Amino acid sequence: MEQKITHHLTDEILMGYAAGTLPEAFNLMVATHVSLCDECRARVESYDAVGGAVLEEAPDHDMALAPGSFAATMALIAGGAPEEICTQHPQDAVLPQPLQDYAGGGIDSIKWRAVGMGVKQAILPTSKDASARLLYIPAGAAMPDHGHHGIEMTMVLQGAFQDDDDYFARGDVEVADSDLHHTPVADIHEDCICLAVTDAPLRFQGLLPKIAQRFARI
Amino acid sequence: MQESDGKRMQWVSHMVRIRDDRDQAAFAALFAHFAPRVKGFLMKSGADASLAEECAQEVMATCWHKAHMFDPARASVATWIFTIARNRKIDVLRKQRRPEPEDLAWGPEEEPDQADVMAMQQESEQLGQAIAELPEAQRELIQKAYFGDLSHSEIAAQTGLPLGTIKSRIRLALERLRHAMK
Repeated sequence: MEQKITHHLTDEILMGYAAGTLPEAFNLMVATHVSLCDECRARVESYDAVGGAVLEEAPDHDMALAPGSFAATMALIAGGAPEEICTQHPQDAVLPQPLQDYAGGGIDSIKWRAVGMGVKQAILPTSKDASARLLYIPAGAAMPDHGHHGIEMTMVLQGAFQDDDDYFARGDVEVADSDLHHTPVADIHEDCICLAVTDAPLRFQGLLPKIAQRFARI
Repeated sequence: MQESDGKRMQWVSHMVRIRDDRDQAAFAALFAHFAPRVKGFLMKSGADASLAEECAQEVMATCWHKAHMFDPARASVATWIFTIARNRKIDVLRKQRRPEPEDLAWGPEEEPDQADVMAMQQESEQLGQAIAELPEAQRELIQKAYFGDLSHSEIAAQTGLPLGTIKSRIRLALERLRHAMK
């Protein structure tokens, strides 16, 4: 486990993950961050406990079961456990397990696409209500200045970036809402790889990035 | 110890009997208590009665098959069953995959400490009581959030849940687990 993660996920996101109401791309962000952060894992599991209390005390706790429900369940059990498509990937220095599931393997198997100014990205397959992608930012390079309509979360997987006064290293997440215009700059010592998720298309400032946006789906 | 604390410990021992002895009587008791709740939860979340029935049976069968995955130092049985029901809901109602964090589990030779298990079950009981004592309107809001009637931004204002102590308890369990995994 990594130490010294200083930028965590928000309570509303963690509660949404526990409740099961987030878009898939946001769930991927939470699962990835929690894989590296026991503090947020404990917070998520506290919200799971709220779900347990809701289940225990729900107004419909005496919902009538269909006749023969128990026998049908025992028959299901006798049929054996359903086969799980659960691939255990080899440990990867950059991608935690849940990300490897979506990327189809470790960091070396990523098919990057250039989006300009040395920045590369790989879009991950999630449901359409939000998007997830891996970003590759050369050491010392800046992401194009952008604001956005919805929530954007960016988590460092390798290297680090600086955004105004804040420094983000592996495991740290920057949560930005529509008010924040920001320009993350990758740390000079190493190329930076991030997971970025957003529930709205990004708005880039300036002409060139806008054209890139049309072609690159960022 | 209060009677209801004993109830939660009793569900834990039922899970142990299901895990170790494939005990059908223990499973029948668990089923009688939780299957109607799971069905009610799924109907509140938007499933019709027949789909909720089918999913509730699948959720309870999963409890049997995955009994070895339940960690009573980290969750109550109700919480664990809630997570299985929630995942089924995402799979069936929202037709999405649910990315899960990397697994943390006790090895085959290790078990959580009994005192930690007792403490966790009591903490769960106290959380349940604290939620029951919230003002009606706030309690309904929490239920709505878990039934999926509120988006995550709508629950942004959702504060006042007394989660500090249960979080510390889970944090402790995770540290012991990390230590045991080394």
